[in-house]
Amino acid sequence: MMNRKLFGGAGALASLFTAVPAWAADAIKASDPAFAEASVGMVDKGDTAWMLVCAALVLLMSIPGLALFYGGLVRAKNMLSVCMQVFMIVSIAGLMWCCVGYSMAFTSGGSPFPSIFGGLSKALLMGVDNTTLAATFSNNVYLPELVFVVFQMTFAMITPALIVGAFAERVKFSAIMIFVVLWSIVVYYPMAHMVWYWAGPDFLVDAPTDSGLLWGWGALDFAGGTVVHINAGIAGLVGCLMIGKRKGFPTEPMPPHSLVMTMIGASLLWVGWFGFNAGSNLEANGVTAVAFINTMVATCAAAVSWSLIEQLHHGKASMLGAATGAVAGLVAITPAAGLGAPMTSIVLGLIVSPVCYFFVVKVKSMFGYDDSLDVFGVHCIGGIVGAIGTGIVASPALGGQGVFDYTQFPAAFDASSYSIGTQVITQIKAVVFTLLYSGILSAVLYFIVDKTIGLRPSADDENQGLDITSHGERAYNM
Amino acid sequence: MKFIIAIIKPFKLDEVREALGAIGVAGMTVSEVKGFGRQKGQTEIYRGAEYSTNMLPKVKIEVAAPDDLAPKIVETIQQVASTEAIGDGKIFVLDLASAVRIRTGEAGDTAL
Repeated sequence: MMNRKLFGGAGALASLFTAVPAWAADAIKASDPAFAEASVGMVDKGDTAWMLVCAALVLLMSIPGLALFYGGLVRAKNMLSVCMQVFMIVSIAGLMWCCVGYSMAFTSGGSPFPSIFGGLSKALLMGVDNTTLAATFSNNVYLPELVFVVFQMTFAMITPALIVGAFAERVKFSAIMIFVVLWSIVVYYPMAHMVWYWAGPDFLVDAPTDSGLLWGWGALDFAGGTVVHINAGIAGLVGCLMIGKRKGFPTEPMPPHSLVMTMIGASLLWVGWFGFNAGSNLEANGVTAVAFINTMVATCAAAVSWSLIEQLHHGKASMLGAATGAVAGLVAITPAAGLGAPMTSIVLGLIVSPVCYFFVVKVKSMFGYDDSLDVFGVHCIGGIVGAIGTGIVASPALGGQGVFDYTQFPAAFDASSYSIGTQVITQIKAVVFTLLYSGILSAVLYFIVDKTIGLRPSADDENQGLDITSHGERAYNM
Repeated sequence: MKFIIAIIKPFKLDEVREALGAIGVAGMTVSEVKGFGRQKGQTEIYRGAEYSTNMLPKVKIEVAAPDDLAPKIVETIQQVASTEAIGDGKIFVLDLASAVRIRTGEAGDTAL
């Protein structure tokens, strides 16, 4: 069930396979009576250990990584409000994932629209225990299901937390918590289902239509360019437009209160992102290493290119610029992590920073929207660059991994069947779909919350700062 | 007695303190302040958002001194704190009506 995709007949096949030659020789189809008995031996301790570590690494991205990255960028009077929003979103999203999220994202039975969202057969983690298994991308290789549950849980935690940067310093705490509950159910779980759900390599051959909508289109999203970054980025933009600008924007200076914290946060994001991207391979093998090194070098490239632009444009390269560029690079490589090659990943990293820089510096002031921490300019735009770039760098002709045809058993790979043009068009369709789906439904949810609870604190509260007025505490007492 | 207030560039503080110590100044009060004069301000850029800060950080030194020492103090601060660049700061001298040492109750020059 998950990230790596492909198929549709035109698809292709096999390096994952060579990573597990023992099974490749005599893989057992799920429909074979011997499968159930044999499946117990299909779990690898190395994979299990690696994936549990990855789940912890992805948590590190949210807290403290994202909280510090965002927190350092706001004024001191709002520091704790941002930290608390991220911390509480993570906590609530974890509870919701167990209650309904996992089932809505990663099952298909019992749903009226099984290609859009899953049913409730595993709600409250019913039937999930230490003996149940989750599929990987290789025939006859499985993870303990709880490992997969907790790994994917961390994605459901960080995605809504990313949104709050777009309207930092001016949102009511209770309102944004309610919004996140609704948004997870209406937007995130369906998006995760549509992009990442599929029957699994041993099952798809007997149930070729059992997959999410975008997965079925053949859209490639290795670790969450559409599901996480474009999804959260557009939800952030819609939110900042509906909530309105901060009081005093853009005439009053609102400089970041601690770029040291922003640097620490960005660095923790970078470290945690190895769990996010390399972990999305679900196994510990050669492709995992591909995802790992691609994540490393694309980020280096994007940090360098952002700094170069600043040097040329303003004569000074800033720490904030380097940190922002690194995050843009991480976002861009996310959908391509296990699909591109190191050198093409570097090119992707070099390209994403100028594009994001243009949106953050030029487009934002041109249109005058107050995306406080540039969630749209970095995550949504970076995600779009990455999603489209994935269609190019995944090509085996450029050293990419290509795609497997899981409609055959065992899964097959044919490098010559990969068409960059066709794949890029599919990627663009997936991007447009995500922008519309998330953008429209997020707008509806903001509207509902605004009319019932109210999204915005009073002007006095906003002036005084949300730390005191929402949480009754101060970040720094000296 | 005179009360001398000097606004100087922050990185000049240590030099000024040493020089004043050398001419017999026994105490001073220092605070971090912000302000502007002819230097105007500076421009900071965060992700393309330019903020011109017209309040620049300075250090304020306050010294109370006997009448005979005051001219020497002013001269010393002026020489040591100068970089001959705009933004070096200002020195103000006020007449001081009285001074009292809290511990002993001594007043006047002996309290300094």
